[in-house]
Amino acid sequence: MPSRTGRIHRIAGPLVVATDIPSPMMYEVVYVGEEGLIGEVISVRGEKAYIQVYEETTGLTVGERVEATGELLSAELGPGLISTIYDGLQRPEVEIARAVNDIFIKRGVRVNSLNRSTKWVFAADQRVRVGDKVEPGDVIGLVQETPIVTHKIMVPPGVSGTLKWRAGDGEYRVDDVVAVVETGDRKYEVKLYHRWPVRIPRPYKEKLPPSEPLITGIRVIDLMFPIAKGGKAAVPGGFGTGKTVLLQSLAKWSYADIAIFVGCGERGNEMADALKSFLELHDVRRNRPMMERSIFIANTSNMPVAARETSVLLGVTLAEYFRDMGYDVLLVADSTSRWAEAMREISGRMEEMPGEEGFPAYLASRLAEFYERAGRVVALGRPERRGSVTIFGAVSPPGGDFSEPVVRNTLRYVQALYALDYDLATRRHFPAVNWLMSYSLYVDYVKEYLDERSAGRWHETRNVFVKILQREAELLDIVRLVGPEALPEEDKLTLEVARMIREGFLQQYAYDPNDAFSPLEKGFLIMEAIRRFHEVALSLIRSNVPLFKIRELKSPYMVYKLKLYAPHEVEKVYNDYVQTLEVEVKKLTGG
Amino acid sequence: MPLYVRETRQITGAKGSLVFVKSLPKVAYGELVEIDVEGETRLGQVVDISQEITVVQVFGSSLGITPGRTVVRLRGETLKIPVSTDMLGRIFNGLGKPIDGGPEILPEDYLDIHGDPLNPALRMPPSEFIETGISVIDGMLTLVRGQKLPIFSGSGLPHNKIAMQIVRQASVKGSGESFAVVFGAVGVTFEEAMYFINELKGMGAIDRTVAFLAPASAPPVEKLALPRVALTTAEYLAWRQDMHVLAILTDMTNYCESLKEISAAREEVPGRRGYPGYMYTDLATMYERAGRVEGKKGSVTIMPILTMPDDDITHPIPDLTGYITEGQIVLSRDLWRKGIYPPVDVFLSLSRMMKEGIGPGKTREDHHQVFSQLMSAYAEGQRLREIIAIVGVESLSEKDKKYLEFADEFELKFINQGETERRSIEETLDLAWDLLAILPEEELKIRDEYVKKYHPKYRVSR
Repeated sequence: MPSRTGRIHRIAGPLVVATDIPSPMMYEVVYVGEEGLIGEVISVRGEKAYIQVYEETTGLTVGERVEATGELLSAELGPGLISTIYDGLQRPEVEIARAVNDIFIKRGVRVNSLNRSTKWVFAADQRVRVGDKVEPGDVIGLVQETPIVTHKIMVPPGVSGTLKWRAGDGEYRVDDVVAVVETGDRKYEVKLYHRWPVRIPRPYKEKLPPSEPLITGIRVIDLMFPIAKGGKAAVPGGFGTGKTVLLQSLAKWSYADIAIFVGCGERGNEMADALKSFLELHDVRRNRPMMERSIFIANTSNMPVAARETSVLLGVTLAEYFRDMGYDVLLVADSTSRWAEAMREISGRMEEMPGEEGFPAYLASRLAEFYERAGRVVALGRPERRGSVTIFGAVSPPGGDFSEPVVRNTLRYVQALYALDYDLATRRHFPAVNWLMSYSLYVDYVKEYLDERSAGRWHETRNVFVKILQREAELLDIVRLVGPEALPEEDKLTLEVARMIREGFLQQYAYDPNDAFSPLEKGFLIMEAIRRFHEVALSLIRSNVPLFKIRELKSPYMVYKLKLYAPHEVEKVYNDYVQTLEVEVKKLTGG
Repeated sequence: MPLYVRETRQITGAKGSLVFVKSLPKVAYGELVEIDVEGETRLGQVVDISQEITVVQVFGSSLGITPGRTVVRLRGETLKIPVSTDMLGRIFNGLGKPIDGGPEILPEDYLDIHGDPLNPALRMPPSEFIETGISVIDGMLTLVRGQKLPIFSGSGLPHNKIAMQIVRQASVKGSGESFAVVFGAVGVTFEEAMYFINELKGMGAIDRTVAFLAPASAPPVEKLALPRVALTTAEYLAWRQDMHVLAILTDMTNYCESLKEISAAREEVPGRRGYPGYMYTDLATMYERAGRVEGKKGSVTIMPILTMPDDDITHPIPDLTGYITEGQIVLSRDLWRKGIYPPVDVFLSLSRMMKEGIGPGKTREDHHQVFSQLMSAYAEGQRLREIIAIVGVESLSEKDKKYLEFADEFELKFINQGETERRSIEETLDLAWDLLAILPEEELKIRDEYVKKYHPKYRVSR
């Protein structure tokens, strides 16, 4: 292919306009200037190609060359992704540090996304044999990438034919050929890795209904507003509402096979903190460091603005790739608002007609394209695999105001909302998920799954809790006017039980070793303890026992402390509580 | 020295601090420009280039710029400042020129004021407790090395005093390590500037301090450069000279106003309330320069101070700052009126790095639980205050009255503290237990072993 080059015509921050590129293609990658800064054509108007540059443009001059590649911005997919920290252009940041020998990120650095010298142990998957017809997605071999992740080497999308040759078991580098697929007279060499454009969703066979919950270990999510595998959720919250802590907890504890954390335009120190804890903390199910199933994309707020978009797209592309292997992948994007702001900045520089609050009119469709890449699917190829991509997108609304464009447009595409509330955060109720504003459309989908595991109790108890909390909000308005003592006894009890739900059940300490991860069984027990107290207290009040007598009981305090016990101790404490409650009630009723 | 000098008189227009010049060959984006006006040289920077026109932002006023007469010269380099350890004890303007009457410094290096982003993979999570000796900060909003923690204040509130108390008390600890303060004052009044300089001199900390002052009357672009110049110096001292640097930047509201002014002059599409849409990124590129890095002994801790217009925390300036910084210390006018110093509103305040900096070996094992308990008890007291405002104190239970008492005492004894009073972390936590003892013991949601160890009822006198 003849080289296609043009010249820089204009430079305005991250936007560069080039002329004289022969037939520029939308979204093709270009190298800008003598240093070869990476950019992408985002608009073509007549002779001019508008390029969003993913690196700092200071020092570029008009007239420098721009080299078009004819390729789309693509991710390298293969062994070596796990445990790596990438920037928005999939450059491993540790490699950047090595290349520039400095503590700072310098521009123009080219390093491979996947290490070319690491050797991986490849084992052929004998379910597919040489001579077989193969289709995209067929697993031809396995690489044990980390002790808990088996990387499946698949026939890449778009490749099918006869498996002509396959390498023997042994050690290979990512760009060694491990198989040859022949179609007619064309041969395709399958390596341990392949490339895939980040803007194009990876193909799958079929989408499945979101009927299985993704267990996150966070009670307010799992048991109040559950998220399904393959679901999409938004987590909006003003600063200080605990957004990052919640998202990190999700990435740490959820029962996902792979967790991908995209730090997009956020704080470097928090990223460092997350990295450290992922190295130190162990996965609950397999007792291995969490890093062995995680990938980080760290494009902090001081790194080039345009690369925020690529970091989000890179994240979801990696997620889809592992989904195709049959894994449940969790993608956390913190924060989509910073991505939206980057779109706004670029759009402003292109002098496009601004929409609301200066955001471009295509904000909504970009968000839709991103969230629609979530889902639970049957992957292409043999053996049959089911995998999922679950997306949690943080939104950082200015002033904590949920009526702003990014929150509003996001809510059109997500199925679950975890609204983080300033008031709750100032009262130190964490996770500060507002139970009145939040919702999950997955409740009905996962009802069967959760009821099966809670002796049919979950759905009913959850609805009782929702009602009590709703009633509490109404009663608190009245209390503000007339004081708590003016309420009838039953309403006072509602307030008491609501407090128990809030403090004993919904509140969860992200840093308490016993409370950070709450297994389903523990959550069910706490729910049951509260429900039991409610029923018992209600019947006492109806037989004219005054509430202050009930308040003097010791057993309700045990409910508050249940969450502080390790999962294996909870059942015993719960049984103690049930007995104590029984004894105390007998005393009260003079039994 | 630049290799070749390129200059032009072809100015096609001027507006505010922007000058439009016919493009010279090889003009570089972000390059520094000299403008000769009637024998005086002003600096400027290239902010937009097209084939025909180059837009230059002047660091100073555009007063006197005349198309055809004024000479615009390209320097062939970006804005760099000379740095050296000789800067300690000296006072500079927003562009790094000495203004204390002393000689120019002998530079050890020239550094670009915009710096480069720290490699996220090399960052170490901040976890070293900085004892400020102020109970409400050490106990409730623990500051750690490498953190960026702003003070959100209002006009007339004692933020400057608090900043100076922190500088005075925090600098004493860790005598073996070198500690430096970089102090940047953007758009402050003459009186404020004098206060800071006298305070620093008075506490004998001036030799450990590099001060940068851009008075209120300085041109907007100097105000924009000042925090970057200050932070470039901070980075130099931290990463090259192994110092623990505390950078205090005040008043960042003035900085943001200058940013808005210049954005408006460039006719950019405004974001919220007239502030440019990139203000988040702009502030982030400065505050993110705080941190700890693998393989380096030093650290950069940043404490920006800003005054919230109308005391409104949802105003874009505090709002965007809060999204970048690791928490915020919010001052309350109500507490200040009650005579509480430092008037810190603990409900609105937060230190995100706190959990890393507290606990056994750092502060004390009970710190986390004591903190949570203080928070929830004070919140309960606050809630009850709202109720008694309407229905009176009589309708409350005995337990509720205890919470009210706790809230009052907490403000008077814990938050309130002398301007020169220094409390160790042990004193702070013991004080907290004394106050928690007001509440019925079964209300405490603290591990029994800590209650038995630290509650005044069980505590053996130490």
